Amino acid sequence: MSGMDPELFEQFIDQLERYVRERLIPAEREVIEADRIPDEIVQEMRDMGLFGLTVPEEYGGAGLSTSQYARVVKTMAYAAPAYRSIFSINVGMFNSAIKNGGTEAQKAEWWPRVAAGEIACFGLTEPGSGSDSAAMATTARPDPDGNGWILNGTKRYITNAPHAAVGLIMARTEKEALPKNAHVSAFIVPMDTPGVTVGSPDHKMGQSGSHIADVILEDVHVPGEALLGGETGKGFVFAMKSLDNGRISVGAAATGYARRALDSALRYATERKAFGEPIANFQLIQQMLAESETEIYAAECMMTDVTLRADRGENILRKAAAFKVFASEMCGRVVDRVVQIYGGAGYLAEYDAERFFRDARIYRIYEGTTQILQLQIAKHMLRDFAAQA
Amino acid sequence: MKILVPVKRVIDYNVKPRVKADGTGVDLANVKMSMNPFDEIAVEEALRLREKGAATEVIAVSVGPAKATETLRTALAMGADRAILVQTDDEVEPLAVAKILKAIADAEAPGLVILGKQAIDDDSNQTGQMLAALMGRPQGTFANEVTVEGDSVTVKREIDGGLETVKLSLPAIVTTDLRLNEPRYASLPNIMKAKSKPLDTKSPADYGVDTAPRLKTVKVNEPPVRQAGIKVADVDELVGKLKALGIA
Ligand SMILES: Cc1cc2nc3c(=O)[nH]c(=O)nc-3n(C[C@H](O)[C@H](O)[C@H](O)COP(=O)(O)OP(=O)(O)OC[C@H]3O[C@@H](n4cnc5c(N)ncnc54)[C@H](O)[C@@H]3O)c2cc1C
Ligand SMILES: Cc1cc2nc3c(=O)[nH]c(=O)nc-3n(C[C@H](O)[C@H](O)[C@H](O)COP(=O)(O)OP(=O)(O)OC[C@H]3O[C@@H](n4cnc5c(N)ncnc54)[C@H](O)[C@@H]3O)c2cc1C
Repeated sequence: MSGMDPELFEQFIDQLERYVRERLIPAEREVIEADRIPDEIVQEMRDMGLFGLTVPEEYGGAGLSTSQYARVVKTMAYAAPAYRSIFSINVGMFNSAIKNGGTEAQKAEWWPRVAAGEIACFGLTEPGSGSDSAAMATTARPDPDGNGWILNGTKRYITNAPHAAVGLIMARTEKEALPKNAHVSAFIVPMDTPGVTVGSPDHKMGQSGSHIADVILEDVHVPGEALLGGETGKGFVFAMKSLDNGRISVGAAATGYARRALDSALRYATERKAFGEPIANFQLIQQMLAESETEIYAAECMMTDVTLRADRGENILRKAAAFKVFASEMCGRVVDRVVQIYGGAGYLAEYDAERFFRDARIYRIYEGTTQILQLQIAKHMLRDFAAQA
Repeated sequence: MKILVPVKRVIDYNVKPRVKADGTGVDLANVKMSMNPFDEIAVEEALRLREKGAATEVIAVSVGPAKATETLRTALAMGADRAILVQTDDEVEPLAVAKILKAIADAEAPGLVILGKQAIDDDSNQTGQMLAALMGRPQGTFANEVTVEGDSVTVKREIDGGLETVKLSLPAIVTTDLRLNEPRYASLPNIMKAKSKPLDTKSPADYGVDTAPRLKTVKVNEPPVRQAGIKVADVDELVGKLKALGIA
C-alpha cells in the first residue's frame, strides 16, 4: 500500500471538511436552481487537487491510496452529489483504466491533464445495452489509411459528457462476441475529435448540477495510440477492473450522503414539536434514527475493510460489489426514513429531505445495478464453492 | 520585505468547549484543535501582500507544544515560506509570547508582523499591543483593510463608531479583525509541497525568555445557561412589557 503520508492526508481531510461545510453546502441551492456548478467552484475544486486524487505524484496527482480516495469521496458526498460527480469519472474510472491498462505514453499524456482538471467521461452504456454492456453496438474498425481506428456508434447516459475534454470509449473490435468479452476494446478519444457530438443533457430525477448526455460517434478517426494499452480485446477487462474503483466511489458517496440526510433529520426531529414535545422524544422516531445510524456505521466499516484490502492488492471484485449494493440500498432506506421524519415537510421542495430522496435513487442503478451485482456476487460464491467441492 | 505571522494552536471553533469538572480549565482531551481563526486571516493577508509584490517572504511562528507543528504545517500549506516552532508545554501568556516574538523580530527584521487580534481560547487581545510596545514600533489593531505603500502601511481599523484609518511607518505591527479577508483552504498539492518547506524548532530559552506564568487561573466556570424567553399574545402586550423594562 502506498498512498499519501497519513498525517498530511488528515490535514487535507480537515481542510476539505471545512470547504464542504463553509463553501459547498452554502452554494447548494444555487447549484440546484441553476442546474450547474458555478465555474469558480469547479476551478476551486481543481485547485484543491480533487481531479487528480489517484494520479501518481510524478504525473501531477496526489497518489492517494484507495482507502484515502474513498474517504475524500465520502467527505465530499456530505454536500450535493453534483460536486462529486464532476470529478468522479476522472478519479473513479478514467485514472484507474489508465492505471490498469494504459501504456507509458498514455500515462504521460493523460494523467497530468486530468490531474490538472480536464474532465473525463466514460462511455460504456448504449441505447441497446446497459447491464448487458458487452452487447454494445459501437464499432471500431481499422483505418484503411494508416494505423488508426474509425469509431461509429452511440453512447447513452454518459456522465459529464457535456463538460468532458476526453472520453474513454468502449467499442467492438470484432463482430462476433468472444469469450471474456475480448471483442471489446477501449479508446481514449478527445471530445473535440471531428465526428464526436454530444447530445443535449437529459432531464434527470435528481442530482441537479450534474449532467449526462448521449455521445454520438460518426466516423471518428483516432490514431493507433488511442487504443488503451495498445492491444485490442482488453477493453472490457480494463473497464471491469476500473468499475471496482467506480463502485467504491459510489458506495462511499452513498454512505456520505446517508450521513448528511440523517444529520438533517436529527436536527429536524429535535426542533419539530408534536403533542407538546420534540418528535425526537418519540420512540418510533428514535427507532428510525437508530436504524439509520446503525446501517451507516455498517457501510462505513465495509468501506474501511474493502479499501484496505484493495490497498493490500487483494482482488476485491466481490467485496466492492457487496459494499456498493449495501451502501446504495442503505442510503435509499435512510433517505426514505428521513422524508418520513420530516412528515409533510418531507414531501415539499422547500425542505432538503425530498431532494435527498431523489438524489439517492441513482446509486442503486449506475456502476452496476443491485441485481447485476448480486448476480456477480452469487456467481463468485458458487464458483468458489464448486472449486472447493 | 519579510512578514512575520504568529499562529496559535487552539480549540477548534466548531467545538463546544466543556469545562473540567474541577473547574481548573477547559477540557482539551481528545478535542479537535486548529489554527486560531484570526491567525488564519493574518496568514491570508500576509500571503496576499506577497502575491501583490509588497512582501518577499512569509514566516509563520508558533509558540506552543510539539503538536503546534500541525498548525505551522497548515500555514505552510496555505503558502507561508518557512516556519519556526518555539516549543514549550507551559501555558504561555501574551507577555511571554510577545517577548519571544520581539526576539525573533530582532533576528529576522520583518517589515510587518501580522497577528490575530486575539486567540479564541483565552480571548486576551494583548499580544500584538505588547509586541508593539516592546519593539517600540507603531501598531494598527483590528485591521479591516491593509495597504502597503513604500515604507508605510495604511490600516483601516474597526472601531465602535465605524472605521478609523491610520498610516504607520514600517516596520509595524498589525492585528487582524474578522472582516479583513476570507482565508484560503490549503489544497492537496500545496499540502504536499509544504512538507519540504523548512521548519525550525527552538525553545524559549534560545531567546532568553522565561515563560513561567505570571497569572494564576483561580476558577473556570461554564457560562450561565440562557433563560427561556416568554411568549406574548399581541403587539400591545409586547409594547407594554418593553415599557415595563424601560426599553421602549
Ligand atoms: C445518471 C446516470 C449516469 C450514468 N453515467 C454513465 C456513464 O458515465 N457511463 C456509462 O457508460 N453509463 C452510465 N450510465 C448508465 C448506467 O450505468 C446504466 O443505466 C445501468 O448500468 C443500467 O443499465 P440500463 O439502464 O440499460 O438498464 P437495463 O440493463 O435495461 O436494466 C433494467 C433492469 O433490468 C435488470 N436486469 C438487467 N439484466 C438482468 C439480469 N440478467 N437479471 C436480473 N435483472 C436484470 C436491471 O437490474 C434493471 O433493474 C448512467 C446512468 C444514469 C442514469
Ligand atoms: C401533499 C400534501 C397534501 C396535504 N393535504 C392536506 C389537506 O388537504 N388537508 C390537511 O389538513 N392536511 C394536508 N396535508 C398535511 C398532512 O396531513 C400532514 O403533513 C401529515 O398529517 C403529517 O403532519 P406533519 O407534516 O405536521 O408532520 P408531524 O406531525 O410534524 O410529524 C413528523 C414526524 O413525526 C412523527 N410523529 C408525530 N407524532 C408522533 C408520535 N407521537 N409518535 C411517533 N411519531 C410521531 C410523524 O409520524 C412524522 O414521521 C398535506 C400534506 C402534504 C404534504
